[in-house]
Amino acid sequence: MKTAVVVFPGSNCEHDVVAAIENLGGRADLVWHRGTDLSEFDGVILPGGFAHGDALRTGAIARFSPVMDAVAAMAAEGKAVLGICNGFQILCEAGLLPGALIANRDLAFICRFVDVEVTDTSSILTNQTEPGQVVTIPLNSYEGNWVDPSGTGRVVMRYVDNPNGSSGAAAAVANEAGNVVGIMPHPERATDRLLGSDGGNALLGGFLSSLLPV
Amino acid sequence: MKVRVDLTRRPEIADPQGTTINRALKDLGFEDVASVRVDKVFHLDVAGDDPELIRQQVTKMCQQLLANPVLENFEIEIEK
Repeated sequence: MKTAVVVFPGSNCEHDVVAAIENLGGRADLVWHRGTDLSEFDGVILPGGFAHGDALRTGAIARFSPVMDAVAAMAAEGKAVLGICNGFQILCEAGLLPGALIANRDLAFICRFVDVEVTDTSSILTNQTEPGQVVTIPLNSYEGNWVDPSGTGRVVMRYVDNPNGSSGAAAAVANEAGNVVGIMPHPERATDRLLGSDGGNALLGGFLSSLLPV
Repeated sequence: MKVRVDLTRRPEIADPQGTTINRALKDLGFEDVASVRVDKVFHLDVAGDDPELIRQQVTKMCQQLLANPVLENFEIEIEK
């Protein structure tokens, strides 16, 4: 079982994601965004950062990176696809998740630990958690305010205090099948109590347990 | 040809920036401002001299990249 961690120009959380996966006994390789073949991987993570400098809109240019066709193909095959922070924004721009992310309600960059509650356990992110379970993980974003005029997004985790004004207090959203998930706060930065919280392990552990054999 | 593209945020999508500017205007004493919306304008210079063809091309550009249909409507004006 191996996870691809995509590196766009401007990504900055890719090494944290790889370290978090390896810490849980998984395997992960970095893949440059110009790669077009992900056939050796069982799942893919789009990490946080500022892909293509967030030019135009967050994720707007990244969705046309050559690797995204392979990411969409994996999503269609039912493989695990996770976008974290900027990765969530890219999945929305690519149409792999409903809705879009706009500036935080109070126009402040939010950088602090937040409490996030599991609302739906049938997704690749939440399948190892209990409904109502609260995890503490860091939020680190300006455009973290998820809007979904279509009303079709499935909120699998919600903020306890909704700091950015997201629709339905959504912190993590899944597609209908539950194999594509975007999460705004960073589970990979909360993998050890020395870092302030190890709440991210339950989520990334869920991701690892949902990898399908090739 | 010069082309102007106006992106307008859909009315149902919140505009935190516009809301904040509106509040600042009120603080400055401009009490009559009912609302503020902040939008985007693109100025393109596109090779060619067939306005209809250029309009079709720019429409495709808007649909693929310039606009996010969840958030924004677009309007194209061929300037000359």
